[in-house]
Amino acid sequence: MVPKDRKYTNNDEWILEENGQFKIGITDYAQTALGDIVFVDLPGIGDTFTAGQDFAVVESVKAAAEIYTQVSGKVVAVNEALDADPALLNQDAYNTFLAVLEGALDGEVLTPEEYEAKIAE
Amino acid sequence: MDNLKKTPLYQTHVDLGGKMVDFGGWALPVQYSSIIEEHRAVREACGLFDVSHMGEVDVRGKDAFAYLQKLCTNDLTTMTPGRCRYSMMCYADGGVVDDILVYKHSDDHYMIVVNAGNADKDYAWFEEHVFGDVQLENQSPAWAQLALQGPLFQKVLDAVGYTGEIPAKNYTFTPKVIVGGIKCLVSRTGYTGEDGVELYCAAADGPALHKLLLNAGQPYGLLPAALGARDSLRFEAAMPLYGHEMTDEITPLETNIGFAVKMEKDDFIGKQALQAPIKRRRIGLKLTDRGIVREHYDVYQNGKLVGFTTSGVPVPTLEGSHAMALVDIGVADAEDFEVEIRGKKLHAVQVPLPFYKRSK
Repeated sequence: MVPKDRKYTNNDEWILEENGQFKIGITDYAQTALGDIVFVDLPGIGDTFTAGQDFAVVESVKAAAEIYTQVSGKVVAVNEALDADPALLNQDAYNTFLAVLEGALDGEVLTPEEYEAKIAE
Repeated sequence: MDNLKKTPLYQTHVDLGGKMVDFGGWALPVQYSSIIEEHRAVREACGLFDVSHMGEVDVRGKDAFAYLQKLCTNDLTTMTPGRCRYSMMCYADGGVVDDILVYKHSDDHYMIVVNAGNADKDYAWFEEHVFGDVQLENQSPAWAQLALQGPLFQKVLDAVGYTGEIPAKNYTFTPKVIVGGIKCLVSRTGYTGEDGVELYCAAADGPALHKLLLNAGQPYGLLPAALGARDSLRFEAAMPLYGHEMTDEITPLETNIGFAVKMEKDDFIGKQALQAPIKRRRIGLKLTDRGIVREHYDVYQNGKLVGFTTSGVPVPTLEGSHAMALVDIGVADAEDFEVEIRGKKLHAVQVPLPFYKRSK
């Protein structure tokens, strides 16, 4: 069961709107597929992105995965705890955000039900 | 997964929750629990790998020795029965056909172990070069092969119980050991940089042998280990992997495994080409900036492109990101390099290979 309070993407990211800002993370499905996460390359505060661009990289022992934003806007916060402990993403993907963006959600997103159906395929 | 080849342990992997992937046409697990945990288990206790996808070729006949001596870069003259020897087979131009392990039963009987991904190509190469009294038999389907690797491997074998001798010296083997009632060929070999053995048994006995070793090893911290850990372990020990550190375009001397190339021996395929001075060499790199180096990243020295990484694996037991790289010989002794990662040039320093060496 995926949390119902947020939106999802076709690339296994989640987007949670809070106070007009958007927290972005990766789903539990994504962290399981990646395996042991050993490094997260986060954007800089103030960096700007448009929907569909990659804004971070999550690296596991096996692979590097680019993380995409469906929000066009500016990075206002990043999860610095991931610098010291990237495995937080393995432990609790839905409560471990990568970055917070301020702007407009104008990319393609899925509802929790749609995302659940997608990963069940 | 349905169109992939399966080892005799396929169902074992599925039952153990292995994450199955397509590995060169074989359905094999990349991990069971976690690559990091499996890696640590091998370094600190023991790990059990299914390596039944490796190919076995039986070579018999009066000319078997002369034939293999011609194909191998290493010298088989000094092998006595019961010894294993690591070697390359090269093309005439010095590129590598495959790296192999030669098991000598007798002067007219050898077993050759080849990489799974190269098995068809190798077998064709073997057939193409046959002369005199040499008979080849591809025995791969008949064998299951398990690798029991890690400092506690002997305790695990003791717990299972065996009759016969576990080979005491590295790169030796015993053709017949009964392990938990199962007939095995046991060699003191491996691909992890750790002490351990590899056990070959009849394909049909593979799952039972795996279960015996797994159960006996559990009190010692043994974990079933898969391809992910196999790669991170061999990488840490700087053991070359075909397709990465050596290819049909990378010679063994460039890979810096001259110990397996004996230029003083009589003619072997590739010898003439290997006499030319090398233009590039494998080195070890450690990233000093934050990031992860992976294979096929460009390597620079003083702003000039000098080579590329052949393998880069974030190894849990190493501090920082490491890589092996093939660089121009003129800069192969330099200290400072840059590796380009997603458009950014990050600083790296040369470090000695291997990254990990077990204490004796």
